[in-house]
Amino acid sequence: MADAVFRAESLSKTYQTGDVLVHALRSVDLEVFPGEVVVLLGPSGSGKSTLLNIMGGLDRPTSGRLFFKDRELSALPDAELTEYRRNNVGFVFQFYNLVPSLTAYENVALVTEIAAEPMAPEAALALVGLQNRMDHFPAQMSGGEQQRVAIARAIAKAPSVLLCDEPTGALDSHTGARVIAALMSVNSKLGTTTLIITHNAVIQEVAHRVIHFADGKISRIAENAHRKSAAGLVW
Amino acid sequence: MGKLDTKLLRDLQRMWAQSLAIALVIAGGVATLIMAVGSARSLLETRNAYYERYDFADIFAEVRRAPRSVLDEIRRIDGVAVADARISKLAVLDIPGLREPATGRFVSLPDRGEPLLNKLYMKAGRMPEPNRVDEVVVSESFATAHRFEPGSQFAAILNGRKRTLTVVGIALSPEFIYAVGPGDVMPDDRRFGVVWMPERSLAAIYDLEGAFSSLYVKLSAVADERDVMSQIDGKLARYGGTAAFGRKDQTSHAWLDHELDMLRNMSRTLPPIFLLVSAFLVNLTLTRLVALEREQIGLLKALGFSNGAVAAHYAKFVAVIVLAGIVIGSVAGTLLGVFITRMFGDFFRFPFLMFEKTPDLYVIAGVLSLIAALLGAMRALREVVTLPPAIAMKPPAPPMFHHVVPLLGRVDRWLSQRVMMMARNLAHHPLRALFTLLGLSLSTAILIVSLFTRGTMEELIDVTYFMADRQDATLSFPERKSVTALYDVGRLPGVVAAEPYREVPVRIRKGNVERRILLSGRPRDAHLRQIIDVDLRRVELPEGGLAVSALLAEILDVKVGESVEIDLLEGQNRTLSVPVAALVEDYFGIRGMMDNASLSRLMREAPSINSVNISVDEKDLDDLYARVKELPSVSGMALQRASLENFRTNVALLITTMAGIYTLLAAIIAFGVVYNNARISLSERARELASLRVLGFTSGEVLRILLLELGLLAVLAQPPGWAMGYGLAWIMRTELAGEIMRVRLVVDPSTYALASGIVLLSALLSALVVGRRVYKLDLVAVLKSRD
Ligand SMILES: Nc1ncnc2c1ncn2[C@@H]1O[C@H](COP(=O)(O)OP(=O)(O)O)[C@@H](O)[C@H]1O
Ligand SMILES: [Mg+2]
Repeated sequence: MADAVFRAESLSKTYQTGDVLVHALRSVDLEVFPGEVVVLLGPSGSGKSTLLNIMGGLDRPTSGRLFFKDRELSALPDAELTEYRRNNVGFVFQFYNLVPSLTAYENVALVTEIAAEPMAPEAALALVGLQNRMDHFPAQMSGGEQQRVAIARAIAKAPSVLLCDEPTGALDSHTGARVIAALMSVNSKLGTTTLIITHNAVIQEVAHRVIHFADGKISRIAENAHRKSAAGLVW
Repeated sequence: MGKLDTKLLRDLQRMWAQSLAIALVIAGGVATLIMAVGSARSLLETRNAYYERYDFADIFAEVRRAPRSVLDEIRRIDGVAVADARISKLAVLDIPGLREPATGRFVSLPDRGEPLLNKLYMKAGRMPEPNRVDEVVVSESFATAHRFEPGSQFAAILNGRKRTLTVVGIALSPEFIYAVGPGDVMPDDRRFGVVWMPERSLAAIYDLEGAFSSLYVKLSAVADERDVMSQIDGKLARYGGTAAFGRKDQTSHAWLDHELDMLRNMSRTLPPIFLLVSAFLVNLTLTRLVALEREQIGLLKALGFSNGAVAAHYAKFVAVIVLAGIVIGSVAGTLLGVFITRMFGDFFRFPFLMFEKTPDLYVIAGVLSLIAALLGAMRALREVVTLPPAIAMKPPAPPMFHHVVPLLGRVDRWLSQRVMMMARNLAHHPLRALFTLLGLSLSTAILIVSLFTRGTMEELIDVTYFMADRQDATLSFPERKSVTALYDVGRLPGVVAAEPYREVPVRIRKGNVERRILLSGRPRDAHLRQIIDVDLRRVELPEGGLAVSALLAEILDVKVGESVEIDLLEGQNRTLSVPVAALVEDYFGIRGMMDNASLSRLMREAPSINSVNISVDEKDLDDLYARVKELPSVSGMALQRASLENFRTNVALLITTMAGIYTLLAAIIAFGVVYNNARISLSERARELASLRVLGFTSGEVLRILLLELGLLAVLAQPPGWAMGYGLAWIMRTELAGEIMRVRLVVDPSTYALASGIVLLSALLSALVVGRRVYKLDLVAVLKSRD
């Protein structure tokens, strides 16, 4: 098997709120491989976002180690974490977090300005099927379209990993399916390793692997022998 | 305490820095008003009480020698409540340890009891014994300058004879609050003092037994001042009287009045501007601050709070901040007011100070600030409260932005996205951008109006001491002398050049406006004491032509080429018509000038002089001073260098201290504005900026995006700020211009630079403070906030 993109070794995260210690992650071990689509499922509060944020360099583990390829993320200083995000990670959130004063094109170009080896903003928007909406402002687009711009923005830097935290959470099923389709198309065309957190069990059918979370731990990992294509998803 | 109040406290705790910054802006406006108006009122009240308790006279007149019996006639004039007479003379003093000669104004005291008017406030010692010829009381400022105590001695040349005098008392008088020596414009405590002596001694020295040389009168309540003065003139004319004058023309009163006027005008001009600016800025800030609370407001409404309850909650929030500002401002304003009152009180040597209670000011300042703030908060609330809770609770839909320029040009593809963000943000909130710009401009403007006096003082010094009056010293005679005195002065040691100077009191009139002024005559080609016109050029007057102070021309409404009427108040008391030939750029007093030949012709007298302007060779100064101290015929020696020094330490110091205080308050307001602006921008855009951080922008890059906009606005705000500052300075100068003293409006580049520097520095400091927050921006928390 190829070298893992992420390797987590007894990764733990605790939050201290007042007198209460919250164990968001309890000694998680996990490997994620190049080109994989991984879906993370689990009840709210089980630690999925915490794991994704640590993988994306937005947060640090309390103990344990996390490797991205052969770099130990858990040991990097802030400046290098920023640099890591800038060149390697694309994020997609439930709320699209687009810059409202920039058009679709410009939101994407914002990232290509700073990334090391970006793709053309037009190409990124074409990948999510928005080549005709480039000059629209966020306010002029539907939620699904805005989320696709967010995806285009995330992939425009040609990241090695795409981290999506409930990307369809705010969308209706039809629009949600289009967003998932956009993610799958990016994955198949560019081979971007993709992690998706969702509450929607239907989405697991497009994944190579499905990781179930419970109480800060991985409770079960399932492999999909037959992935569904995103076009066939309905919920 | 309800849970909403708990929320209120927590919110205030969370936003303490920002709340404090807003409170400080309010405090700046409030403090300015209370300080300026309060101190002006206190000083005026103090002066009035001083005048009243020590019976300051209303009318003054000088004569050469009038018999005591005339006094009884004057007391019978209708409208005269009290009249008293005395001997008043100028004499050169020789003070141990003082290199230069000094001048004393010798004033007689009644042999028994105290004077009926212009009573003395004894600071130390006692009144002289009537039968002791050498005992004197001296003015406090003079005594302090020489560390005189009862028992100290100094010498004076009285009527040509040098005598040693002993200080037995130290006193203050409402008549000599501002004591200026002959030929000088500034009080010089070292070189000019008032010396009170028993009448018997002074009369014996000057051969004035049974006679007087100075008269002063208190008017009854219904008296007509002009009428009384002309009756007095009639009675004194044949004893060599120069026309009687009122308080308006009494040096001490006029100067004091001018200074108080200046304070009062400053207090009428600056504080309203400061208060309005601060109210406006607080209004803006609170509008934005409350708008940020949109989701919270939606939540409160969803929980079932009524619109009124929500509005009351935020009104309370705003009121707490404003009240804090009002309290800080009131305390600071009161303290500063007391400080200024004391500073001027010390300067004027008031024997006591009366601090006016000014409840009206606190109310005005407080109510105005509160209304401005509440209006600002309510404007934002009205918008939010009318939204259904469900919509208010959701993050606002992305606001609609527009292409700044038509797409055809596609310039936007060439600009960096960060510049586009800024440009669209500005274009999207044009009003907010405009108001921010206005706020920043106003900050610069109030700084300029606080700072510009420094430059005008330097300009005044330059024109007065280096262009117009370039003599080193002026020797004055007690009476008019023949021109041969000029040659005597020319032969004194160290005198390199000597120019004659003649001064005649006149009334100058056009239509029914008239003023009492001194008309001076000087050689046409005078090089020591020059006439400088309003274009700052040296003028040589044409034969018979009159030059007048530009302000005097304005008062009389006369232009160059037109004529004015002049009543000569010395000698033959004729009235004549003289053409105005030039307007003089001068800053002290209002004056008329001619060449001396023309003046002697007007006076129908042989060439005569009252004083001689000289330039002196530095190395012979000691010899010159020693000789002047022995000269029988000289009443005083004014020194330009000492005058300039006094100007700098007295007037300029007072003005710069005031300017310094105003500058400080303006700077606080400016900083509050800039800081709030940056902080609110940060809150408004926290989510956007956090997403940028997630995308891989460094904190520095994100900060630059935030500050680019603020920086651009701060820079753009400067030119309009300069223009507004100049406008305010113009208003200030016009308000402060007086017949006693005024300034030329020069706002030099360094003032603009300093004002802008302070605003930009505040911007930079705010950027640093806000920068710290950007570095600490919790990405996960911000992005999760709607999880
Ligand atoms: N900043 C925080 N402070 C305190 N507790 C936190 C914080 N972030 C997350 N948690 C806690 O950590 C646990 C895991 O949270 P999260 O990873 O967001 O769960 P999930 O994404 O699976 O819903 C939860 O119990 C949550 O309350
Ligand atoms: Mg989550």
